[in-house]
Amino acid sequence: MKFSTARRHIREGSKNIIRNSWMTVASVGAVTTTLILVGIFLTLILNLNQVAENIEEDVEMTVYAELTAGEEELNELEQNLSELQNIRSLDFSSKEEELEKLVEDMGDTGEQWGSVFEDSNPLNDAFYIKANQATQYKSLSEQIQGMDYVDEVSYSQTTVENLLSFNQYARYIGIGFISALLLTAIFLISNTIKMTIIARQEEIGIMKLVGAKNSFIRWPFFVEGALMGVLGSIIPIGIVIGGYYYLYENFNDKINMAFVELLPFNPFALQISLILLGIGVFIGIWGSVMSVRKFLNV
Amino acid sequence: MIELKKVSKVYKNGVGALNGVDVTINQGDFVYVVGPSGAGKTSFIKMMYREETPSEGQVFMNGVEVASLKKKEVPYLRRDIGVIFQDFKLLQRKSVYENVAFALEVIEENPRKIRRRVLSVLDQVGLKHKARFIPAQLSGGEQQRVAIARAIVNNPKLVIADEPTGNLDPETSWDIMQTFEDINASGTTVIMATHSKDIVNQMRKRVIAMENGRVVRDEHRGEYGYEV
Ligand SMILES: Nc1ncnc2c1ncn2[C@@H]1O[C@H](COP(=O)(O)OP(=O)(O)OP(=O)(O)O)[C@@H](O)[C@H]1O
Ligand SMILES: [Mg+2]
Repeated sequence: MKFSTARRHIREGSKNIIRNSWMTVASVGAVTTTLILVGIFLTLILNLNQVAENIEEDVEMTVYAELTAGEEELNELEQNLSELQNIRSLDFSSKEEELEKLVEDMGDTGEQWGSVFEDSNPLNDAFYIKANQATQYKSLSEQIQGMDYVDEVSYSQTTVENLLSFNQYARYIGIGFISALLLTAIFLISNTIKMTIIARQEEIGIMKLVGAKNSFIRWPFFVEGALMGVLGSIIPIGIVIGGYYYLYENFNDKINMAFVELLPFNPFALQISLILLGIGVFIGIWGSVMSVRKFLNV
Repeated sequence: MIELKKVSKVYKNGVGALNGVDVTINQGDFVYVVGPSGAGKTSFIKMMYREETPSEGQVFMNGVEVASLKKKEVPYLRRDIGVIFQDFKLLQRKSVYENVAFALEVIEENPRKIRRRVLSVLDQVGLKHKARFIPAQLSGGEQQRVAIARAIVNNPKLVIADEPTGNLDPETSWDIMQTFEDINASGTTVIMATHSKDIVNQMRKRVIAMENGRVVRDEHRGEYGYEV
């Protein structure tokens, strides 16, 4: 396509936006409504996801060595553990260190126990392992249980599994909900445009008789759809960013749970704006181009 | 060159519009198509730019069978043919200028040339001063002249005119005929369906007379009339 033709299509698409003003308002309205919902939902999902990731981050697995294992055996075990796939970190904690930790955790009474067990420490040497992903703990634990000198492997299996299934569901529901919203918007837009296209149908027929290719006719619709998407994403972006800023400023400090923290405003605002703009433009174009498709076959 | 070989057309509703039409038109010819209303003149013309395809027989445009063209190739066929439609077929929401320019935009002519050419053609049909009007603001004759301007603006090798003087006063009609005469003199084929006895009899050309979907007479330097 020539540059001048591209300019012509852009001019034509913009003119159509103004020419079909009520249709533009209706379509832009559909995009706006959808994007407000998508924006709120997306903000929620992304933050939940972050929380889930924080929790996942904290999950770890403890491998207790057999009490009888000496230095050589421990080395061998460490060697074997470090060769495992999918592990992010591996830390050794000797039985003495374990005791210290225990004593510390128990506070005052701990002091007494500490001196009792100093000579005959009943605790195991332990390895702490973090997997790359929470899903991998199960298979890792199975592999490790088969190794020599391993007494016991423990990780909070139910926590991990609940967390994982919660995350999965949240994601599926989120994706399902957002897709449904988008499809509705596309449907609304293409229907709105179709209403005016009955009037434009004759125009399209004439254009074809004068020698216009389908693509030549389609391009202005493409531009028109993109513009409607841009127009339709302005208000949602304003609302989502404004709302999030308010929440972030007023509540982030007040939430005192370790894992719960809002995503930082700074990259988030830009990211969500771009996402909403992108989705808006996409459904605008899609709806617009869908509406013209049928009429090109004349 | 245009060749229709035993072309018949039966529309979807069962109406037969053409019946075994055999016609050859050479490049540079000037042809009138005459006949009573409903004789099949418009149907005959529509075969050439493939608005309709034959039910039987074949249409060749410069040796290419029109019905065999792929969908994608049809626009290229139409760009070489300037058609003045009986019902004008102007884009109602575009100005006179934009209507005429459209035929050049589709072939991606450069904008400066489009401007120059459109203004010159509008001048030629006497509508330069109404370039910004939309069709609804024009009289029937003025709309017809816009259609003429659009048809000739990209200097096509073939101009097909379906009653191009139907809405024009005699004076303007002769101006338009002069325009056709000029573009024909420069080698363009002109095919013109008409009910105007005056024009046919005064500007003697080849006459194809139709009746009931058949060609009943085909004469060089013929006269108006279609009684068998
Ligand atoms: N799209 C169509 N569908 C069905 N029948 C049609 C169609 N177009 C034309 N006809 C019929 O075909 C016949 C020939 O019509 P056509 O338009 O070719 O005549 P014409 O010679 O151009 O007439 P006029 O001088 O009135 O313009 C008529 O009987 C008409 O009713
Ligand atoms: Mg006719």
